[in-house]
Amino acid sequence: MSSLDMRELAYYEAKFEALREILAADERVHLIGGTFLSLSPRRKLFSDLAGRYPDRVLAPPISELGFCGLATGAAMAGLRPVVDLSTGSFIFEAWPQVVNEAANAFYMSGGQTRAPVVFHLFHGLRGGGAAQHSASPQAMLWNCPGLEIVLPASPRDVKGLLKTAIASDNPTIFIDHVQLLETRGPVPEEDEAIPFGVAEVKRRGRDVTVIATSYMVQRSLTVAGRLASEGIEVEVVDPRTLVPLDFPALMASVEKTGRVVIVDETHQSCGVAAELAARIAEAGFDRLKAPIRRVATLDVPVPYSEPLEDFIGPSEARIVDAVKAVLR
Amino acid sequence: MTVVLPQLPRETLLDFCRRMLVIRHFEERLIALHDAGNFRGHYHVYIGQEATGVAALSCLAADDYIFTTHRNHGHLLGRGAEPGRLFAEILGRRDGYNQGKGGSFHAAAAGLGFLHTSGVVAGIIPLATGTAYASKALRNRRVTLCCFGDGALEEGAAPEALNLASLWKLPVLFLCENNGKYGAGRAVGTAQSDSMAIYPLTDLPRAYKIPAREIDGSDSGAVHEAVSQAVNEIRGGAGPRFIETQTVRWPGSETNWPAIPTPTNISLAWDVDAVPDKAREWYRASDPLLIFVRELVAAKQARREELAALEREIKESIAAAERFALASPYPKPEEALKDVFA
Repeated sequence: MSSLDMRELAYYEAKFEALREILAADERVHLIGGTFLSLSPRRKLFSDLAGRYPDRVLAPPISELGFCGLATGAAMAGLRPVVDLSTGSFIFEAWPQVVNEAANAFYMSGGQTRAPVVFHLFHGLRGGGAAQHSASPQAMLWNCPGLEIVLPASPRDVKGLLKTAIASDNPTIFIDHVQLLETRGPVPEEDEAIPFGVAEVKRRGRDVTVIATSYMVQRSLTVAGRLASEGIEVEVVDPRTLVPLDFPALMASVEKTGRVVIVDETHQSCGVAAELAARIAEAGFDRLKAPIRRVATLDVPVPYSEPLEDFIGPSEARIVDAVKAVLR
Repeated sequence: MTVVLPQLPRETLLDFCRRMLVIRHFEERLIALHDAGNFRGHYHVYIGQEATGVAALSCLAADDYIFTTHRNHGHLLGRGAEPGRLFAEILGRRDGYNQGKGGSFHAAAAGLGFLHTSGVVAGIIPLATGTAYASKALRNRRVTLCCFGDGALEEGAAPEALNLASLWKLPVLFLCENNGKYGAGRAVGTAQSDSMAIYPLTDLPRAYKIPAREIDGSDSGAVHEAVSQAVNEIRGGAGPRFIETQTVRWPGSETNWPAIPTPTNISLAWDVDAVPDKAREWYRASDPLLIFVRELVAAKQARREELAALEREIKESIAAAERFALASPYPKPEEALKDVFA
């Protein structure tokens, strides 16, 4: 179906639909936690849903380590738990269970035991989150083999990727962003599971490839629209999942344009952009017409005050500068 | 000696004895294999706790779940794991339970209910509440037995999981195997260690409103009675239970690497003169295997010669298992890249 024929939904509505359908379709699905739609007023929708499934939507104590381990164990024994960690920073409280138990279970058992658990969190600069409520842990998690990492950026993607996350037999980190919740876009009426490991070109362009993840996809699309009026055609490619990674799709765009900017909210050093840049340089250095540019969060703890937070994040201005720099 | 045999049929008692002998002779050979350079890395043995594991596991149903730790050999073998495949795993061979990906710390046998064995002391405690949560949700009456050491209670995962288990009335038995009874330099009745403020340890689960008991872990009758009662209550929907079994630490594990003071032979049940002075008291008074053997004979449930024959048979089967493991090939190097994802 072409997106022109589809109804339009807000991101939070598409995500809510996915949660509602998943709960209705599969009794093995249990949701642990209550901020899947964030703490915004949209959470009312979720609390109504929770009321309909009192045995399968649980409000746990503030024990991230405990309930992430509980969900992992429940997954090993046949359930499909989805754990809400709320703010991405809180996954650090659960780190041993996520990266040392869940991620290793299948491999370490020699393929005997699957742990199909989903860890859901909101990452990134949310506006005033400061250093302890703004983390983007996906680069650290990418350094832990055994975890699938999913980063939706549109209403259609959040619904379709959540469906796939539930069906996956692996531990999956579902990384959302509160700034996406009000984004509107086409979403098919029918059930659609978007496979992991399939990137999407969110905007076609011939001059520069911008690889962006999560909320940075939307920001890059805004920048691409502005630059088009200056005659610069930016191609925005969204990997949608880091693990598995659709590297061929990224390289296809890089080979077309020869110029790459990577926009991502993890910190710059050893971040998502760093890894993507390294892979592109290894695979296609001779196709590049300019050095790869990263637009990532600067290497400082996230500050509280608005101008400070704006300064360190991958702002529109920094994306524009980077695109123009690779065109020089 | 206050120990009593479990009130069970003779065949069951002989089965207990067989399983304890399997564990003991497996691990004594494992120590020899290590000392001969057949595998790398640190490892931990279950010697001295056999009565706890064998009696506790006998109370479970075939489809119940068991979680264990770095000290897992006794639990797997007590549940009927193949010694050859367990040796192979520890030796890093292809026929190991985990195909050589886990080793001693992580031996798992999903078919026996051991889904995942963690080498982090409290790593399994939240996971065990999870299988229990699933059993409750799926109403399949499965119980989870979660075996860990006293040190596990020092990690934050333990209290978080105890709280969840109690709050949600999960069907899990926490079996804390405290092998530090009368630990070096500690007087009976004083604080258990310099690393845990809570004493007795059962004060921790009690604080979370989980019924808890302390029993002698070298007393197979006491373990069997306590665990079967707890498992029945849990299966009936009563919520979690906690049992602390106390054993005296085997002198062979007082060093960093296990070292056998004297190879076990059931005749030690009646005469420990062959044991070096330093370790003699443990073999005389605290070895759960020798206590069990002595009691079997004293209760006229078995004759000495009969048990000696059983021991010979088991030693032969352990030798065969060892040969199987040593003959098993190493995995192909590129198998390292397999099974990251299901």
